[in-house]
Amino acid sequence: MAQNIVYGLFVGGIYGIAAVGLALAFGVMNVLNIAHGELLMFGGYISFWLFSLLGIDPFVSLIICIPALFLIGLLLDRLVYRHVARLRGEAKIKNSLLISFGLVLILQNVAIRLFTADERTTQVSYIGQGINLFGIALPYTRLMGLVIALVTILALHLFLQRTDSGKAIRATAEDWEAAELSGINVPRVYMLTFALGAALAGIAGTLVSVTSSVAPSIGLDWTLKALIVVVLAGTGSIIGAFPAGLLLGLVEALSSIFISASYREVVGLVIFLLVLLIRPQGLFGSREAA
Amino acid sequence: MMRRIVMRRIGMRDVAMTSPAALTRSRAWRGPVLMAGVIALAALVPVLIDKQDTLNLLFLICLHITLGQSWNILAGFAGQTSLGHAAFFGIGALVTRTLWLNGMFFPVAFLLSGLAAVAFAMLIGVPTFRLRGAYFAIGTLGIAEVLRITVSQNLPLISTMPAAEIAAYNLTLRYYVALALALTTIGAAALLLRSSWSLGILAVREDEEAAQATGVNVLGHKLLALFISSFFAGLAGGLFAFQQISYYPSAAFSPVWTFDALLITFIGGLGTIGGPVLGAIFFILVRQRLAVTLVEVHQIVFGILFILIVLVFPGGLMGAWDRLRPRAIAEALRSRRQLHKS
Repeated sequence: MAQNIVYGLFVGGIYGIAAVGLALAFGVMNVLNIAHGELLMFGGYISFWLFSLLGIDPFVSLIICIPALFLIGLLLDRLVYRHVARLRGEAKIKNSLLISFGLVLILQNVAIRLFTADERTTQVSYIGQGINLFGIALPYTRLMGLVIALVTILALHLFLQRTDSGKAIRATAEDWEAAELSGINVPRVYMLTFALGAALAGIAGTLVSVTSSVAPSIGLDWTLKALIVVVLAGTGSIIGAFPAGLLLGLVEALSSIFISASYREVVGLVIFLLVLLIRPQGLFGSREAA
Repeated sequence: MMRRIVMRRIGMRDVAMTSPAALTRSRAWRGPVLMAGVIALAALVPVLIDKQDTLNLLFLICLHITLGQSWNILAGFAGQTSLGHAAFFGIGALVTRTLWLNGMFFPVAFLLSGLAAVAFAMLIGVPTFRLRGAYFAIGTLGIAEVLRITVSQNLPLISTMPAAEIAAYNLTLRYYVALALALTTIGAAALLLRSSWSLGILAVREDEEAAQATGVNVLGHKLLALFISSFFAGLAGGLFAFQQISYYPSAAFSPVWTFDALLITFIGGLGTIGGPVLGAIFFILVRQRLAVTLVEVHQIVFGILFILIVLVFPGGLMGAWDRLRPRAIAEALRSRRQLHKS
C-alpha cells in the first residue's frame, strides 16, 4: 500500500514535468500541442541511444537531451506554429490542435523509420538498486527522477518569476496585445515558450526511458496523461500542473489498489471528463481564470 | 461575388456556379448523368473485373467514404470537431459482430449497429456539447479512449468468423453492401444540406452565439448532426465487422479510425459533400501505392499534406478545384463572346 503510493508519486513526478511543458505552450500561446507526447518520445530515444551507443548515463545525458529538444521546439515554432500565432482565441486553439495532429503522424512515423517499432529501456547498471526505508523500496533511478523533476520545476519557477524573459512570458500569457504594446517581442516569446515546453518534454522522456520504456507509439498515451493533468490543474496555471501531476500519479496508484490495475488509466480519464464538464477552471484554478 | 461566397459557404456549389443562364441550360444535365455513370460503373465492377484485390480496394474506398462523410456531417457542417468518432465505429462493429455471429439475420444486426451508436451518441452528446472547440475535441477523445481500454480489458481475445462462414465468404456481396452504404451516406449528407435543418446547423458552425441570439436551438441542431453522424459511423463499424475475418474487438475502437476520418475529410475538403469522397479515394489509393514500397512513408506524406491544408489550402482538394473552375468558365465565356463578335 505505502509502496504503491510512493511509486505513484514517482510516476506522478514524470506526469507533472510532461504536463508543465504542455501547459506552458497552452497557457502562454493558446497552442494545444497534441504532438507533445511525440516530443517526449524523442527525448526518451535521445537518452536511450546516448546510453547504449556511447555509454552516457541517462541523467548526465540530459545536458545533451535538453538543448536538442529545445532546438526541435524552436524549429517547430518557426516552421509551423508561427503561422497560427495571429489567429484569435478559439480558432487558434483548434487550428493548433489540427496542425499538431499532422505533426503526430510525421514524428511517430519518422521514429518508426529511424528507431524501428521495438520497445526500448535504458538499462543502467544500478537499475535494481535502491534505498530501503521502513520496508519501502526506493530505487535510485526513480529517486533521481523525482529529484530532477523537482529541480526542474524550481528552476522553471525562478526563471518565470525572476528573469526578464520569464516576466515577458508571463506578461504575454496575460495579454499578448498589451505585452506587444509595452515593447515585448511577442513572436520571440512564443518561440522561447514553445522551445521550453519541448525541452520539458525531453526531460520527461529521459525519465520515462529510465523508469519504463519508449516506443514510437507511446506519444498519444503521454499526450493524454499531460492533457488530463493540465485540465485537472486548470488551463492557464503552468506551475500548478506539477502538483496536479503528482495527484494523478497518486490517484492511479490508489485506483490500482482499490479497483483494478487494468482500469488505472480509465480512472484518470473519467476524472478528466468529470473535471472538464463540472469544473472547467480546474481544481486549483479560480473562476476568473477560466 | 458575394452571392458566390455565400453559396459556397453553405455547400451548394452547383447553384453557385450557374449564374450565366446559357451555361446552365447547356450543362445542367452533366452532373446527374456523370453521377449516374459513376454509380453504374461502380455497380458493374464485380461483373467486369474478376480480381479480388481490386474489389478489396474499392470496398476500402467505400468504407472510408462512409467514415469520412459521417465525420464531416458533425465536424464540417455543424463545426463540432470530434476526436471520438472511433467510439461510434467501434460500438457499431461490436454490436453487429456479436449479434451476427450469434445467429441474428445480418441486415437486422447491421441496422442495430447504427442504432446502438446513436444511442451512445445521444447519451454523451448532451454533456459534451457543453464544451467548446478544442475542449470538445479532447473530451470526446477521452471518452473514446475510456471505451477502447474497457473493451480491450473485457474482450482481450481475437474474434474470428466460424469456419462455415469463412468457407462461404463472398467479397462481392460485401462490396455491394459497402457501395450501398457509401451512396446512402453521401445522399443523406446532400439531403441534410438541402433541408431547412441545414440553416440551423450551419449557423451553429459559423457563430454559435449569434445563432443562439437569433433563436436557433443550438443544442438541438448539434444533437441532430451528431445523430446522423453517429448513425453512419456505427453502420461503417458494422460493415467492418461483416468484412473482417478476424480482428481484436478493441481494434475497431482504435483512435486510428478517428484520425483517418479527419485526414480524409480535410484532404478532400471539410464541409463539402464531395470532399470526403475525393479524400477517401485519394487516401486509400496513396496508402495502397506507398505501402507497397515503404511502410511508414504514406503517414509522413499525409501528415505534411494535412498541415499544409490546414495552414495554406483550407479547402482541400475541393477548394483547389473550386479555385480553378471559375477561371476556366470565365475563359470559356470570353472565347464565346469573341466568337459572337466575329
